[in-house]
Amino acid sequence: MGIPQTIAEMSRALHGGQVSSVELTRALLERVQRSQPALNAFVTVTAEEALAEAAAADRRLAAGERGPLLGVPMAHKDIFCTRDVLTTCGSRMLANFVAPYDATAVARLRAAGMVMLGKLNMDEFAMGSSNETSHFGPVANPWDLKRVPGGSSGGSAAAVAARLVPGATATDTGGSIRQPAALCGVTGLKPTYGRVSRYGMIAFASSLDQGGVITLTAEDSALMLSAMAGYDERDSTSVDMPVPDYAAGLERPLAGLRIGLLKEFFDKGLDPAIEAPLRAAIAELQAQGATLHEVSLPNLPLSVPTYYVVAPAECSSNLARFDGVRFGYRCENPRDLKDLYERSRGEGFGAEVKRRIMTGTYVLSAGYYDAYYLKAQRVRQLIANDFARAFAQVDLLVGPTTPTVAFELGVKDDNPVTMYLNDIYTIGANLAGLPALSLPCGFAHGLPAGMQFIGPQFSEERLLNVAHRYQRVTDWHLRAPPGYAS
Amino acid sequence: MAELKPDDIARIAHLARLALTDAEVPAYTLSMSRIMNLVGELQRVETSGVEPMSHSLPGAAARLRPDQVTETDHRAEYQRNAPQTEAGLYLVPRVIE
Amino acid sequence: MSTTWETVIGLEIHAQLATRSKIFSGSATAYGAEPNTQANLVDLGYPGVLPVLNGEAVRMAVMFGLAIDAGIAPRSVFARKNYFYPDLPKGYQISQYELPIVAGGHIDIVLDDGTTKRIGVTRAHLEEDAGKSMHEGLAGLTGVDLNRAGTPLIEIVSEPELRSAKEAVAYMKKVHTLVRYLGICDGNMQEGSFRCDANVSVRPVGSEKFGTRAEIKNINSFRYVEKAILYEVARQIEVIETGGKVVQETRLFDPDKGETRSMRSKEEANDYRYFPDPDLLPVLLTDTYVSEVRGTMPELPDQKAARFVQQYGLSVYDAGVLTASRELADYYETVVRELGGEAKLAANWVNGDLAAFLNRDGLEIQSSPINAATLAGMLRRIADNTISGKIAKDVFEAMWSERCDADAIIEARGLRQITDDSAIEKAIDAVMAANPGQLAEYRSGKDKLFGFFVGQTMKATQGKANPALLNELLKKKLSG
Repeated sequence: MGIPQTIAEMSRALHGGQVSSVELTRALLERVQRSQPALNAFVTVTAEEALAEAAAADRRLAAGERGPLLGVPMAHKDIFCTRDVLTTCGSRMLANFVAPYDATAVARLRAAGMVMLGKLNMDEFAMGSSNETSHFGPVANPWDLKRVPGGSSGGSAAAVAARLVPGATATDTGGSIRQPAALCGVTGLKPTYGRVSRYGMIAFASSLDQGGVITLTAEDSALMLSAMAGYDERDSTSVDMPVPDYAAGLERPLAGLRIGLLKEFFDKGLDPAIEAPLRAAIAELQAQGATLHEVSLPNLPLSVPTYYVVAPAECSSNLARFDGVRFGYRCENPRDLKDLYERSRGEGFGAEVKRRIMTGTYVLSAGYYDAYYLKAQRVRQLIANDFARAFAQVDLLVGPTTPTVAFELGVKDDNPVTMYLNDIYTIGANLAGLPALSLPCGFAHGLPAGMQFIGPQFSEERLLNVAHRYQRVTDWHLRAPPGYAS
Repeated sequence: MAELKPDDIARIAHLARLALTDAEVPAYTLSMSRIMNLVGELQRVETSGVEPMSHSLPGAAARLRPDQVTETDHRAEYQRNAPQTEAGLYLVPRVIE
Repeated sequence: MSTTWETVIGLEIHAQLATRSKIFSGSATAYGAEPNTQANLVDLGYPGVLPVLNGEAVRMAVMFGLAIDAGIAPRSVFARKNYFYPDLPKGYQISQYELPIVAGGHIDIVLDDGTTKRIGVTRAHLEEDAGKSMHEGLAGLTGVDLNRAGTPLIEIVSEPELRSAKEAVAYMKKVHTLVRYLGICDGNMQEGSFRCDANVSVRPVGSEKFGTRAEIKNINSFRYVEKAILYEVARQIEVIETGGKVVQETRLFDPDKGETRSMRSKEEANDYRYFPDPDLLPVLLTDTYVSEVRGTMPELPDQKAARFVQQYGLSVYDAGVLTASRELADYYETVVRELGGEAKLAANWVNGDLAAFLNRDGLEIQSSPINAATLAGMLRRIADNTISGKIAKDVFEAMWSERCDADAIIEARGLRQITDDSAIEKAIDAVMAANPGQLAEYRSGKDKLFGFFVGQTMKATQGKANPALLNELLKKKLSG
């Protein structure tokens, strides 16, 4: 038989005895090896450990244990700490860092029986929208190897799109799950801030970071999120609320669903080639009974400048611990303490990370704090208020995930602001802490286009439900990049 | 907001303990000026009376952990990632007080 | 023309809170462990780990706030203080900045002239301690031990209302007493559990404006606080009077030389870039929580001293000394309870001989060789006239060195007081017979010689004669 594509299909085959976890794992590891030279989606492949985990999963299955993720292969974004396995965060700084512990999300998926094939490439410290800032080289988009997969979870999106794994973890600080998911034609869910524990997820901007998943289908996202989500006493910002069985609510009909068409997202920056399939996708939701309402969030266009104060400020402090003393890169022959700090950090971090650390240092420094940091915190509140007002009228907001399709590698190098504007539609959800999902809604210029849903806090179940209803009547999410078909 | 000057970059880099090469300084001066220009848009927004938002969980409070010792010694394991240790200490160039 | 200078001092006291685990992690806080064996991933600032606040540290800070009559913030916020230093693993210290947990209290100190002065406490906030650097035997390197990193601290900031080194010491001692009463800090200054930074400046008497201050860092004894301030005040006056200017800087007290010196390593202007810690949500405390903590508060030193004056009829001074520590006050009250009264006698002994012996041997009351019940046993023998107060001093000394009770010593050494009339009269007769000249003089009006006969008779009874009885009988006999 061919290798099943989705988590749900793999799970059925595993439980039905048509395939073993070891067979699946071996087959996918082979694909990973084959794909590496062209895609570079993985930083580390843990073949031996994966086969051992798969054998253990097979024993659990044989013993009669059941579970939708048991024995299903996956991979983690290399920002999640994995015990005894290299965790690089895409940086030279952590090129030799072996985490002595598992992130909570890692531990939970491990307990659910998922088999980790390795660690996925990413923009350095999750700072980037193209995966070009990785110390381990860029990742290619499986739809067009000359193009970027998006970032920062570029490895996760590319690996899922290329059918190397049916699901991957990812993180999203300003769009790092949704933007690569859109550019690679896969489904990506950023949960509500506080839904998935941040413990063991190397911090970029603590008040914005949220772990989530990239899969082919909304159903698979639901399966993975059900296992990953939930309160964690080791993360003070994780929310103590029961985790629903996200898969249970997938089939709910859309009749009565109020969808807000986000006016600010249909601006002149949006490529008309994306707008066309997006409008068609929205019409499909209407055909299923949803009603459409135009909604305006006047402060939303301020989300990019707000983000580029808040995120660098937090990052400048979060990354201060990388000082060449207790772990990570240390420069050769430091003359004195200052030299140790400055060269270890200067040499260990890449250009974009340094730029963000300096931007953050600047906006927090004496004389600039009020004008930049505090101001941005106030505008952030205005943006959150806009969302709250919108959700008094509609159940979820719809719009594009990105203004353009995947761009070519190397084109956005000189001006960081051009790159930053790529996240214009995704950042708002992070600032307000809202769940948001990107799913494929067609093609533009022959490349995947993404549709984004943003919901009120803890509305993951509804977002997944709407995405699933859409995916039941469309097959964009099942289209594989040429050469990567199963 | 004023344009950033190379001196500003040098000062910020020092505050952030980042060694920059001579070539990096002008590059960062330009790119960070562009970022500050983007960020400068915020100055035009009326925000009087708006509370600064530092997290997105309105009304949420710090959870208070019970005072229990839950950790044991893992020094050897934790120091495996350290560039230089001796007698259980992390070593750095001599600090003068 | 010479200016008279006024000293202005504000103290920032750092008290380690006596929790079992650290403020943001489950590592132990015990002192003296092998380096880095009590530093877990959170304390080491490992990538990906997060702080979780210790509720006990919050409760202790609230207790302190209530004890100094301060406001307890219904909402307080942890902030990050960013700077690079090897003993600061994350590159920032988690502290409270704009919104501390405790604000606006006061502490009363007693001045030399017996008057009370109220010192304002601006704020008290929670924060984490840093690790320790060592330089010994590491060949030009510094070693970092992070066991102390993350130990909870409360930083208590006074108003600049202290006007002399003595006042500063009195204030620091009062805070020390208070935190130990509350059981929130062990007060061990050698181990660094209680230490302070002193902000010192001088200004001409009558001036409203503060002078430029120097901050003397990390002083860990009352004696050093006094010395450091005295030195610093003299230095600043000297600088100004010789035409110089005091610079605002951080200084270190060198106890060996008895001087303060500039800390060059900290000279660089700091820009701490404080901002709210996004890993920690605000601490929200309800009225119910605060009242619950209030319900668990022990009797505080000032309350206890007032009660001692009222209940035991002690002087304000004695009550103050006895309540200087909770252990001493408890010891005293145990003595009085065992004794069933004689509160004044007990106070005299506890504040007198006992205090002197403890001081001589460098002991705390908790490790006194004579416990409260044993001391009460001896005092009972004074009260019931078995021994005189004078003999009691010898008994006390023997009890101290031999670690046994008063009765055993009195018996073994035959120190029981002579209260038998005839035995004393016999001794008086012998003395009178042996000193006919003095007797004649006394009888001819030289009253002064009465003391001579007391002494001689006491000597003859080896000091065991009951003094009151001796006086009475001697008077009768001498007058013939």
